Amino acid sequence: MNNTKNTEAERLTFWEKLYVPEIARGLGLTLREMFKPKFTRQYPEERWEPEGSYRGRPVLVNEESGERCVACGLCSRVCPALAIEVQASETEREKERYPLKFEINMLRCIYCGFCEEVCPEEAIVMSKDYELVFQGQDDAIMDKEKLLIPVSQLQDRLEFLRQYR
Amino acid sequence: MPEILWIVIETTVKALAIVGGIQLMAALNVYLERKVSAFAQGRIGPNRVGPFGTLQPFADVFKLFMKEDIVPKNADKFFHSLAPVLSLSIAIAVWAVIPFSSYIDIGDRRIYMGIAPNVNIGLLFILAMTSVGVYGITLAGWSSNNKYSLLGGLRSAAQMISYELSMGLSLIGVVLIAGSLSMNDIVNEQLAWNGWKWNIFLQPLGFIIFLIAAFAETNRAPFDLPEAEPELVGGFNTEYSGMKFGMFFLAEYANMTTSSVLIVLLYLGGWALPVAPETLGLQDGSILLAAAHFGVFFIKVMFLLFFFIWVRWTVPRFRYDQLMNLGWKVLLPLSLLNVIVTALGVIFLK
Repeated sequence: MNNTKNTEAERLTFWEKLYVPEIARGLGLTLREMFKPKFTRQYPEERWEPEGSYRGRPVLVNEESGERCVACGLCSRVCPALAIEVQASETEREKERYPLKFEINMLRCIYCGFCEEVCPEEAIVMSKDYELVFQGQDDAIMDKEKLLIPVSQLQDRLEFLRQYR
Repeated sequence: MPEILWIVIETTVKALAIVGGIQLMAALNVYLERKVSAFAQGRIGPNRVGPFGTLQPFADVFKLFMKEDIVPKNADKFFHSLAPVLSLSIAIAVWAVIPFSSYIDIGDRRIYMGIAPNVNIGLLFILAMTSVGVYGITLAGWSSNNKYSLLGGLRSAAQMISYELSMGLSLIGVVLIAGSLSMNDIVNEQLAWNGWKWNIFLQPLGFIIFLIAAFAETNRAPFDLPEAEPELVGGFNTEYSGMKFGMFFLAEYANMTTSSVLIVLLYLGGWALPVAPETLGLQDGSILLAAAHFGVFFIKVMFLLFFFIWVRWTVPRFRYDQLMNLGWKVLLPLSLLNVIVTALGVIFLK
């Protein structure tokens, strides 16, 4: 059962056997703990800011000249959860292709970051946003408007990608 | 007005005040438990509902009212409903003989701060009531039609009965010193030596035995095996939901309050002021003195409640056989020894 050998060192002393002095030591410890600083974070007022390496929800990068995405469909093909749907169309700009429809179903997304890794244009990145709440399944399918984020807000992630990938 | 009418009015007012007081104390206990346990664990407790979370217990009770009351299909409906009511009413019935403070003289009436603190069987009544309290839990375990609840209920009943013996025997020491079973007399005996003749100094062993037995009687850690969540899926109150569960909850905290009050009255000097009242210029029977006494009493009870919660979050739980071992093979002989030594002391020193 227990690996005890009843040696001198393992036997309880008389004072220890009474248990009351030991309980008093325990009570002292608990009392001291009550006066130490607390670890609670008051959530909605104090938020946690993730670092650049954090994988939040995927977003499309929006520069002044429009989105970077050329609707190649690589992210859609690599997504393990089949969450992304892309429909391409022509444009007059230099890049020639743009996504007519770009939808991510956030209920399927597993935040793995494969879409960001495979994208040749660095057009889709994992942002720091982790607070996602939906009122129904239809609200959870994010279209292009909800996915476009200005490039200035994504600098931390782009810096991380530049350094480590 | 006839005397009987005065007595009826006085008793009714006191009874209503006491029942209201018990509810408030139970609410305070819930709040205190959550806050103190949080502080002991390095976190803050409830702090959103009301200033510093003080309205949290009311939110809890409100939630319990709103929950659906589920009774198991083959349960004995009458006893299922009776058990929490029995638990709570016994917890409140004990307060008939407990004094909070000394008396007040209004005109030519002497009003005692308690419904019947002078009755000469006070302590015996309290012991009898705590014995009946076992029924509530046993009925709860039986009527739930659930083998785990039954085992939990039986274990709890056995535990309570075992520790009542040591409790009663340690109280004999107190009775021998005071010479009476009346609660008022026991407290008045402790007012000697300038308010410092506390029974804890005269009866240290009895105090420790009574303290441990009080923890076991109220099913409170470290003796809370019958209701611990990881054990027996919640014990005897598994099948209770909504307000019935609330009543058990309330009864447990009311029992805790009662035990704290008893320990304060019997061993910690009751409402004795640390200095003789004459030095502060307060006369016996004045409202000011009664208020001062109540204040001291309240502070002591608060400390005891804090102590109950403090011990819960420090000491690990007893296994059932260790619990029974402690009750029968350790506390009972010690309390018998205590009775013998106290009796010899009283004979030769008085």
